[in-house]
Amino acid sequence: MSYQGKFRVWRGDDSGGGLEDFTVEVNEGEVVLDIIHRLQATQAPDLAVRWNCKAGKCGSCSAEINGRPRLLCMTRMSVFDESETITVTPMRTFPIIRDLVTDVSFNYTKAREVPSFAPPKDLAPGEYRMQQVDVERSQEFRKCIECFLCQNTCHVVRDHEENKEAFSGPRFLMRVAELEMHPLDTADRVDQAQDDHGLGYCNITKCCSEVCPEHIHITDNALIPMKERVADRKYDPIVWLGNKLFKRS
Amino acid sequence: MARAEIAARTLRTDRWWLPPLTTFVGLLLISIYAAFRTFQGDFYWVDQYHYLTPMYSPCLTEECIPAASHFGRWFPALPGFLTPPVIIIPFLLGFRITCYYYRKAYYRAAWASPPACAVAEPHSKYTGETRFPLIAQNLHRYFFYAASLLLLINIYDAVLAFGTGVGLGNIILLVNVGLLAAYTLSCHSCRHIAGGRLKHFSKHPVRYWMWTQISKLNNRHMLLAWTSLIFVCLTDLYVALVASGTISDLRFIN
Ligand code: SF4
Ligand code: SF4
Ligand code: FES
Ligand code: FES
Repeated sequence: MSYQGKFRVWRGDDSGGGLEDFTVEVNEGEVVLDIIHRLQATQAPDLAVRWNCKAGKCGSCSAEINGRPRLLCMTRMSVFDESETITVTPMRTFPIIRDLVTDVSFNYTKAREVPSFAPPKDLAPGEYRMQQVDVERSQEFRKCIECFLCQNTCHVVRDHEENKEAFSGPRFLMRVAELEMHPLDTADRVDQAQDDHGLGYCNITKCCSEVCPEHIHITDNALIPMKERVADRKYDPIVWLGNKLFKRS
Repeated sequence: MARAEIAARTLRTDRWWLPPLTTFVGLLLISIYAAFRTFQGDFYWVDQYHYLTPMYSPCLTEECIPAASHFGRWFPALPGFLTPPVIIIPFLLGFRITCYYYRKAYYRAAWASPPACAVAEPHSKYTGETRFPLIAQNLHRYFFYAASLLLLINIYDAVLAFGTGVGLGNIILLVNVGLLAAYTLSCHSCRHIAGGRLKHFSKHPVRYWMWTQISKLNNRHMLLAWTSLIFVCLTDLYVALVASGTISDLRFIN
């Protein structure tokens, strides 16, 4: 079963642009990325779109469909009404390059700002035996495909360009959490999270978790546990007393 | 380089405003009811069956009905319109207000920060929880300790009420403390204290087990936040209706 679907696609670059209307054939089983490709093949050969795997694994095709941040390749056409006009726009939070392609280098900058894994200096290779339960939490975070949809949706930077400087965004606060929860990491991630990566800006409204295509519980399993660690360090006298009495670190 | 030129505040076509609106109305109605009952200062104790509403427990001031003050009347009578619950309500309210779930709920519903995902917020500046007053949200843990204590008192009250037999009120009080306990245990701070703060789960099998169990409850924290809140109000309403003689308690034993 195929039909003629109505689409509005944002076209332009950093000097300006707007939504353009198209009517494109839609076939059974297709995803939005198929439509964008058909549009390129038939009506707009110069339409820019970034994609790679078409399997929801490379994280390239992030965009916004009817205003909702999603992967183009994982959004089925069958979720829409045949009569509906489907709007496809680039991610809002990052500078536009052209059409649906944005410059996501903000994220690479933030990634570089997280100090790397720091095992104990005197630990020889093969000396430590890792238990599954000790890495389980980090493994959830490793499912991240770096689509940056969470970074794009987080209102801290989406609605406030000026916060980009101070705030690393959910994806990289989650990276900090991953290292913090690693049994062998010795770096001090707690103060870093609060002071260098702007954890305090997050108001746990969970939009990052809502849009994550890997369904990672970013807020519940990474951000809130980090906030609790900060509370341990800075705001809890009982923990402080316990540490003093029992000489824990 | 500039962002793509899109003027609309959001291009969402679904009813994104419905969840924040529902949350707002729900919280508003419950606040009105709770405020009314707090300042009513009456109908909180059913002498015949020893039912005490959780909203007045523990009852600690001179104006409390002596039989309802299970832990004694430590404070003098409060002046003016103040009633006994004003002593404990700051803790109960503080616990809910600083709760990670309720924060999400009212930041979205009452402050529109953001109203829904990918819908621009109306504020021109945003500092989140980095400074006063919102930095005080980090005190959630203290409220968790205080609320746990009050929960133990509620459990004590519910058990004590069985001394006069068994009625519908007993069942309601029991379900109420069950829901409150589930909500309190599912707290993110509780999850952290129980085991979440550890780096080496394998070295602490008992705490790892506790963390695993609490994590399961924690998954339903939002559900428990709402059910326990609504049920406290229903429990209070039931006690108020019986205490005022509007309805009589349904008795099963005696
Ligand atoms: S939960 Fe925090 S990091 Fe995630 S979208 Fe909301 S404010 Fe941003
Ligand atoms: S955490 Fe989820 S939404 Fe964020 S970059 Fe990774 S996969 Fe994408
Ligand atoms: S094309 Fe790879 S995630 Fe969509
Ligand atoms: S997080 Fe909700 S009660 Fe602690």
